[in-house]
Amino acid sequence: MELILEQVTHRYGDLVALDGIDLEIRTGEIVALIGPSGCGKSTLLGILGGLVQPSAGRVLQLGDAPASCLNALTFVFQDFALLPWRDVAGNVALPLEHHGLSSGEIARRVAAALAKIGLAEFANAFPKQLSGGMRQRVGIARALVVEPAVLLMDEPLSALDAQTRELLMEDLIELWSATRFTGVYVTHNLAEAVRLAHRVVVLSRRPGRVREIVEITVAHGDRDSVAAAGDLKQLQDRLWRAMKAEAQLAEREILDHA
Amino acid sequence: MRERRPVVFRGSGFAPERRRFVALAAFAVLVGVWEIASRLGWISPIFLPRPSAVMAALGDLLHSGALWGHLGDSITRMLGGWILGTCCGLAVGFAIGVFSLARSVGIPFVSALFPIPKIALLPLMILWLGIGEASKIATIALGVFFPTVIAVYAGVDGVPRNLIRMAQSFGMPSRDILRKIVLPGAWPAILSGFRITASIALILLVSAEMIGAQRGIGQFVLQAGNLMNTEDLLAGIVLLSLLGLSIGTVLTRLERRLARWR
Repeated sequence: MELILEQVTHRYGDLVALDGIDLEIRTGEIVALIGPSGCGKSTLLGILGGLVQPSAGRVLQLGDAPASCLNALTFVFQDFALLPWRDVAGNVALPLEHHGLSSGEIARRVAAALAKIGLAEFANAFPKQLSGGMRQRVGIARALVVEPAVLLMDEPLSALDAQTRELLMEDLIELWSATRFTGVYVTHNLAEAVRLAHRVVVLSRRPGRVREIVEITVAHGDRDSVAAAGDLKQLQDRLWRAMKAEAQLAEREILDHA
Repeated sequence: MRERRPVVFRGSGFAPERRRFVALAAFAVLVGVWEIASRLGWISPIFLPRPSAVMAALGDLLHSGALWGHLGDSITRMLGGWILGTCCGLAVGFAIGVFSLARSVGIPFVSALFPIPKIALLPLMILWLGIGEASKIATIALGVFFPTVIAVYAGVDGVPRNLIRMAQSFGMPSRDILRKIVLPGAWPAILSGFRITASIALILLVSAEMIGAQRGIGQFVLQAGNLMNTEDLLAGIVLLSLLGLSIGTVLTRLERRLARWR
């Protein structure tokens, strides 16, 4: 299934957050959306997933999700958004419960999703008992359990410490290699974008426009290699130059609408 | 050779903890001093009877069977009023927490009526519903209703937005969002509301019984006062204290069950 953004514009009052965004998300690719804070990248992800109504323009879905898919556009949230009163299995079962599946089928799907992300032994733990990394794994398992057509990840690693981020990044890359999922990955972290994405979309700030789209052809497995290191470093520098001036502006801004 | 000195520890205090049995001991000392002072004639028994006399009065109440009549009437009134007020409060509170129309109408109404001391409505309730049980139950229910509404809609407002967005992102139907996200999310706030409404119900119970009742702990206390029977009066107060304590214990149990995930 593909997603197509056509001239998507979004305003908050007088503020133009997104201005005429055209973008395609192709099947089996991961697109990273990066940009300085306040460029509207999370808003754009919300629009892609049908959680935010754009002021103008539209999002089209091309083709159907596979029959086994229960929720085509599925989010992974920065703050995990787990229910504290449900244990891990209960959290992962949540999106299955309103589809009229048998309890056996739900249990089977939950167990499979937990196993996929290495959570099987934590099924009965409550979120408060888990580390940040494990909590986000629960968030990812909950997304995988509905067999999504497109995974919409909103800064999924930003709330985690550096080591945990590294571990989860490896998990995500492994997951993509195994399942070739379609994904949109919002981040402000260039290194994450360059490691995971097939295309990196740089957004400008106020109004948010597509400033640059960079294709990364190096396969995930080769991105750690010495041969690719130079190219990727160059790429990262190029992306940083595209963002730097605006990131500085964003940093110096006094928030008056927070 | 430079002098070596230990760094002085200065991080002590400001971490109070509860020691077991200390409270019990303090309580025993207080009652003991009271008993002794009374027996030595330092305190006039007409104004403050000694603890053993109060216990004896309680024993008499128990033996004569009058205790169960008073207690039964009081508990029935209080439970009836509390349950009625709580159910209505839950319904209205949830409506205010979820629907714009209910919110627009409800909050100004609740804010306007909440500050009225509900016991002032008892005469009106008696006019409307008669001197019997209904007027007392209605007064307690009214007293319980408004704080419940406020606790419930504040609790619903406090449910993290991101959890609701998450549920929406999985296409959960509104009914499921209410049942699985909003209700459990608001439950801690609702429970602390129960603590407040339970004490309000107890106050209104006693007040209503003092104004007009044949039986009940409030009536018993008032009558004992009128007869200058301070032993019975204090026995009634002990009963009220026990009643309040048992309610508190039940609520603490409920909160413990909650603490599993908090």
